[in-house]
Amino acid sequence: MNTSYSWIKRYVPDLDVTPQEYYDGMTLSGTKCETYEVLDKNLKNIVVGQIRSIEKHPDADHLVICQVDIGTETVQIVTGAPNAHEGMLTPVVLPGGKVAGGHDGGALPEDGIEIRDGMLRGVPSHGMMCSIEELGSSREFYPEAPENGIYEFSKEDGVKPGDDAVEALGLRDVNFEYEITSNRVDCYSVIGIAREAAATFHRKFYPPVIKETGNSEDVNDYVRVTVEDQALCPRYTARVVKNIHLAPSPKWMQRCLASNGIRPINNVVDITNYVMEEYGQPMHAYDLDTIAGKHIIVRRADDGEKFTTLDGKEYTLDSSILTIRDEEKAVGLAGIMGGENSMITDNVHTMLFEAACFDGTNIRLSSKKIGHQTDASRKFDKGLDPNTALEAMNRACMLIEEFGAGEVVGGAIDIYPVRREESRVPFEPDKINRLLGTNLSAEEQLKYLASVELRYDEKTNEIVAPTFRQDIHRTCDIAEEVARFFGYNNIPTTLPTGEATTGRLSFKNRVEAKARDVAEYCGFSQGMCYSFESPKAFDKLLFPEDDSVRRAIEISNPLGEDFSIMRTTSLNGMLTSLSTNYNRRNKDVRLYELGNIYIPKELPLTELPDERMQFTLGFYGKGDFYDMKGVAEEFLSQIGMHDRVEYDSDAGKPFLHPGRQALIRYDGTIVGYLGEVHPLVLKNYGIGERAYVAVLDLPEILPFASFDRKFEGIAKFPAVTRDISMVVPKEIEAAVIEKMIRQRGGKILEDLKLFDIYEGEQVEAGHKSMAYSLTFRSREKTLEEADIAAAMKKILNGLAGLGIELRQ
Amino acid sequence: MSDASMKEKLEAIVGKTLECLRDAHTPDALNEIRVNVLGKKGELKNLMKAMKDVAPEDRPRVGQLVNEARDTISEKLDEARQKIELEQMNLRMKQETIDVTLPAKKAEIGHRHPNTIALEEMERIFVGMGYEVVEGPEVEYDEYNFTKLNIPANHPAKDEQDTFYITKDIVLRTQTSPVQARRMEQGNLPIRMISPGRVFRADEVDATHSPSFHQVEGLVIDKNITFADLKGTLEEFAKEIFGPDTKTKFRPHHFPFTEPSAEMDVSCFKCGGKGCRFCKGEGWIEILGCGMVHPHVLEMCGIDPEQYTGFAFGVGLERIALLKYEIDDMRLLYENDARFLKQF
Repeated sequence: MNTSYSWIKRYVPDLDVTPQEYYDGMTLSGTKCETYEVLDKNLKNIVVGQIRSIEKHPDADHLVICQVDIGTETVQIVTGAPNAHEGMLTPVVLPGGKVAGGHDGGALPEDGIEIRDGMLRGVPSHGMMCSIEELGSSREFYPEAPENGIYEFSKEDGVKPGDDAVEALGLRDVNFEYEITSNRVDCYSVIGIAREAAATFHRKFYPPVIKETGNSEDVNDYVRVTVEDQALCPRYTARVVKNIHLAPSPKWMQRCLASNGIRPINNVVDITNYVMEEYGQPMHAYDLDTIAGKHIIVRRADDGEKFTTLDGKEYTLDSSILTIRDEEKAVGLAGIMGGENSMITDNVHTMLFEAACFDGTNIRLSSKKIGHQTDASRKFDKGLDPNTALEAMNRACMLIEEFGAGEVVGGAIDIYPVRREESRVPFEPDKINRLLGTNLSAEEQLKYLASVELRYDEKTNEIVAPTFRQDIHRTCDIAEEVARFFGYNNIPTTLPTGEATTGRLSFKNRVEAKARDVAEYCGFSQGMCYSFESPKAFDKLLFPEDDSVRRAIEISNPLGEDFSIMRTTSLNGMLTSLSTNYNRRNKDVRLYELGNIYIPKELPLTELPDERMQFTLGFYGKGDFYDMKGVAEEFLSQIGMHDRVEYDSDAGKPFLHPGRQALIRYDGTIVGYLGEVHPLVLKNYGIGERAYVAVLDLPEILPFASFDRKFEGIAKFPAVTRDISMVVPKEIEAAVIEKMIRQRGGKILEDLKLFDIYEGEQVEAGHKSMAYSLTFRSREKTLEEADIAAAMKKILNGLAGLGIELRQ
Repeated sequence: MSDASMKEKLEAIVGKTLECLRDAHTPDALNEIRVNVLGKKGELKNLMKAMKDVAPEDRPRVGQLVNEARDTISEKLDEARQKIELEQMNLRMKQETIDVTLPAKKAEIGHRHPNTIALEEMERIFVGMGYEVVEGPEVEYDEYNFTKLNIPANHPAKDEQDTFYITKDIVLRTQTSPVQARRMEQGNLPIRMISPGRVFRADEVDATHSPSFHQVEGLVIDKNITFADLKGTLEEFAKEIFGPDTKTKFRPHHFPFTEPSAEMDVSCFKCGGKGCRFCKGEGWIEILGCGMVHPHVLEMCGIDPEQYTGFAFGVGLERIALLKYEIDDMRLLYENDARFLKQF
């Protein structure tokens, strides 16, 4: 929404604030100003001048020498303007003054253009006569300006030499742009904003005074209106104007529209635009002679019906869209745009004026459906106050009469079966103070409320809100009005008192924090990936067609296929991020992510999916499978999961190297997996190095996680170590050997460490050489040789049982 | 042998040894002297053998002389050894001089995402003020995301927020406020909570938009909570996160969930409010939306608005992160380029 300052002043004549004061004040009282533009910021020292005489330039065919009366004196100005003539009244910028732009109407320079005394082809010139483009505007807004040449004031302007030309052109003005919130439909109108301005700056508000209009005829003799769908059209008003005389509208109205960025066209169009801006009520004019049967019917369109709007575009309608029709055809899309078949042309004799109230939601959905938003639909879709319709209609008819644009027929058609009433809210000043934390007297509160026409009914102790205030229903709404004009920034600042509460993070959040710490200590940086991705990701990850991971939730209105399903695995995000880094030649990249995957319980979704937080790690460059395993193990250990971690090489993950992948089990439960990325997957993602990933499924981990710690004492007795070296059939996994050694070593086996593993020349084919260091220690005594020998004997027997041979 | 000659001999040995010590510059040389003088076949031992020739009445005194000579020599030997060791150590250290300007060896520590850094800071502030951190589903019922927050069917806000729909009734949440509705339904008052999390809106990706971003919303419900409390709390928050000199400004606004509603601006932390390019000359930066919880929302969640009032606020996490760390393009947050992440 935009308004010029001068238009606001038409209703608040005593307003006398600077643009910045207006901007700040309005913003702080709730009508947020986004920006403002000072139209005359680069116009300086420009007066009305009158050309007294013209003579030819001695040395240039296209220049003339003018003697120009500027009120205080007559100066000589040389000009190339082809339309210069004696007696002409025109804007003159005097030496030392400034204009906004060049005569070509190109982009305006930031600081304008300064004008100095000069010589044109040897003839002195003291100033410049200006075109409308040089004053920073255009023929769009000043249609009377010549296409090529200087601007000429008309008699109607009533100016004389020496007057302020900028003022006369209506350019001493500021245009403000507002952000209006959806609850304040009334502020999508100039008088709505003017009312707020008056209240904000404590000035009196003068709304337009509407006089009775119309001749002695009766509108009902001209036209009949039937509203078939009252729900979508709560009010329909119509009047008729005959003997239309199209002409330019008066300058003041043209200036008003121009200051708001609306192009003047002719008196009738300008009046509808003016009233639409003034009241926020869109109007439409039909050529009554095109209305079949002189009967307007408001009803839903037929399914599949075709309709051409007045801008020549054809639409296919359906029964959700409301139309204005005559007895044969549709003549308008209600609230959006009129039809080509009934529009006003230069030959119009009698017109039907419509000011109606349509259901905002329907207009919004309809204009969205056909893909056509208009100034009118944007006003209607907010949901207008039906009580404004007739007032706006009468205002327009008054202007028609004032401008002599036609003869208004007496009476108005007004179909308004269910009148909207004012809303009433009990006045509870104490409750308002309790909500705001203020201590304002009832009188003071009422004063603020009265400033925006919220009336106090003493008899019922109620606040009565006019129907244009559709946002006032409860005491909290009244409190906001009081707060706005008392000033939000005058309300004190306190901290909540009352019962103490304990601040805390959830256990899940604490485990996640530990995951971040461990990952970062191990050199992984945190990434963030989108929750939605392309279904093609499953192919890139080599998932079989029937894999359950492909059962993903689809978004019904996605931003394209790449964002169309909710991810069921975090790998695509990780590998895409690694790929981005690889392509940008970043070396040794380690990333982790904490983010959800979304597993539907059934498809299509009838209940919320299972959202599973995944701790995903990935890297390429320095490191191997065992580095990744170390990170996973360190994380588990840090959350108290030390003892029962197992790795199962039979993981069956299609996207991982078949010989380098493992499920991570804890106490038998699968809590995640890790592995080297399958070379085909690497290729699909364009990663040219080996990469490793690990995924830990937090919902499975949380039940095992704990931050409890118990001190186990420090060993008092000495330890004894024994190394064993053996040749092991290749297929026997270290975990099998270690499990056996631990079982057989018993309580005194404190630790075992693999310190060497080797396959190659010195080892029999199909075998590997492994060497463990075993540490024995008792908590009760110093171990004797016999204790250790017994344990070692058991261990060696066990190894032999696995077909493992000791190396000497 | 007379004790006089014994004394003479001892003095000669001591004198000679001290002379040798002056010329000894290595531990080996010292050792040789020790062996020659104090060793089993050393000169002192040899001299002791001559004790049998000393008159018995002189033997104690001569013995004492020998002991004194041995002590003297031992002492001097120790001194010399310490001196040589020190010299050698100094020499070694001199040889060991390194170029301290060569690159450091660092453990490669990873980096936290700027969003997380900002979130942890906010959590620290609010947990310190007694708020619990509560999470909720990202795929959410329309009812919780809209209806219970005073956004009924066909409300224009539903369009404004460009919602992603899964089904007619299930959406990707557009705000984390549904978590507040869920928490309010549980009762157990008073409530002081923040709900951080991921939210979704159908905005195309560009420098200032992302279809997925994060919010932190706060909620306080108790008896006698006022708009003044809301202002005080958020002012504290602003000072904590943007520095103690930060000023705040509250402007009326509209949110369906709250009434009265406000937006909060903070004085530009770059220029201190004078106006600069960072704050587009305004001196103020818009930070968050807030307000008093609408009584209808309380009613829908089973809380009696005559007894309880509350306030709520919502901050965009990315907005804070972008402002605080001066990141000029939102896309950087989701590309996961190591060169970007390294800077945090």
